[in-house]
Amino acid sequence: MKDFIFLFRADYKDLGQASPEQMQARTQKWMDWVGSIAAQNKLSSRGNRLNPAGKVVKKGNVVTDGPFTEIKESVLGYIVVKAETIDEAVELSEGCPILASDGTSVEVREFDVI
Amino acid sequence: MHFAAIGERGCCGGRMRFAPTMFMENQQLIPHLFRTEYRKITAVLCKLFGIEHIEIAEDIASDTFLAASELWGQKGLPENPIAWLYTVAKNKAKNYLKRDSIFHEKIVGHLKLSSNETQEIEVDLSSQNITDSQLQMMFAICHPAISSEAQIGLALRILCGFGIEEIADAFLTNKENINKRLFRAKEKLRSENISIEFPGAEEIDNRLESVLRTLYLLFNEGYYSLSHQTILRKDLCAEAMRLTHMLTENKQTNTPSVNALLALMSFQASRFDARVDPQGEMILYDDQDASLWNAELIAQGEHYMNLASTGDKLSKYHLEAGIAFWHTLKTDCAEKWESILQLYNHLLSLEYSPVAALNRTYAFSKARGKEEAIVEAEKLGLNDHYLYQALLGELYSGIDSAKAIRHFKDALGLCRSTTDHRLLERKIGKLESRI
Repeated sequence: MKDFIFLFRADYKDLGQASPEQMQARTQKWMDWVGSIAAQNKLSSRGNRLNPAGKVVKKGNVVTDGPFTEIKESVLGYIVVKAETIDEAVELSEGCPILASDGTSVEVREFDVI
Repeated sequence: MHFAAIGERGCCGGRMRFAPTMFMENQQLIPHLFRTEYRKITAVLCKLFGIEHIEIAEDIASDTFLAASELWGQKGLPENPIAWLYTVAKNKAKNYLKRDSIFHEKIVGHLKLSSNETQEIEVDLSSQNITDSQLQMMFAICHPAISSEAQIGLALRILCGFGIEEIADAFLTNKENINKRLFRAKEKLRSENISIEFPGAEEIDNRLESVLRTLYLLFNEGYYSLSHQTILRKDLCAEAMRLTHMLTENKQTNTPSVNALLALMSFQASRFDARVDPQGEMILYDDQDASLWNAELIAQGEHYMNLASTGDKLSKYHLEAGIAFWHTLKTDCAEKWESILQLYNHLLSLEYSPVAALNRTYAFSKARGKEEAIVEAEKLGLNDHYLYQALLGELYSGIDSAKAIRHFKDALGLCRSTTDHRLLERKIGKLESRI
């Protein structure tokens, strides 16, 4: 089994303001999807959600504030899964709730062992 | 703390069982005291001598009880039997130190005494030192260097005062195997040079996790054991709860996770009497008589659950206690199964186990229906697990009887427990009669 990272991308603007009920429904769908991967013993790390605020550091000590919320496809978070091949990893992304909206993506990348 | 529900118990090396009463005869009093005092004397002496001399501590404790059974029979009961035991144990320890010169040198070295006079050695059997020694012993036995199987064996022997035969019964094996296992475990304690002390502040969380894992396994050994000896199984559960309770009474170890584990054990133990019929057959959750569930233990579980709800760490014991709490409610409402499903989702994302994966799928079927659950179940790939086949049989029941029967028959071929055999056969019979 190899480790693959799932990078979740979306436009923060499209996410909009959700009511508490919508938030709860979202969390539930999300946990069902992650739980399903975990139940197959294929979740390597439950990962993290990323805060929209942040800083970018560039050459010459140039530090800028995000704002990632203005980038169309900013990274919202990640998890790490276990699979034999990249195709199998891609199969695990099936049903990921984020893909229900337009302009979103799950980037699947294999870890290169250093 | 009321453990009455899971049975007041006790017995010494033999197989005698008894109910403690106000007017116990010697034959009954000694086994009772063995259960409560042997582990205290052993822990105190072992702490005094060092873990490498654990057998000597055990021998002195055993000799003390031997002396009691001989003398009390002839001369009658002493006024204060426990004080008598402590005095004899103290004297035996001192005599041993005097008699055995090699041991004497080693121990005196260990004790770092300024004087060579062994009479000066203080054997401290105060209640504070007894409690401290037992807790520290718990940390030593549950050291991560020791295998979990050996940890449970040692815990039963040293922390719970179980006889070798009882431990063998609990593990469905023979005395020789247990003796070998305990011997190797003690060798390991020595070779790893594990000291009997509280871990330092920076280490305590990690070490406590290891202790909790052992207590959790000890409880499960009693709760899910294939052994038909119900009293023995209750004993294991009660002991695991007693040791966990000891941790809640100590400031350093009274953490939210410890309280969550005690809550989990209390909720589970509340159904102990309802899950076995008088013939010793397992009664499934859905078929249990809820009036047999122990309300006192459920209330106790809620109490510790509240105490566990502090801090920012959500341990797997919190999640499992949550699941166990929902099971104390007999209703079959949507909220119950949705909550259980989400708790399993969370639990699995912390730590995978086949049983949690199967239970999650069962909760999924209750919350979202069988069709969707079958899709989830078929992803699990646990084909060689009899509970997996039984779950698929359950999910296909009412949807596709032929498939359901096939899965139940696969389960039958994989299942080792005779009670579960009968259960599966009944299910197959029911389905076949409908075709």
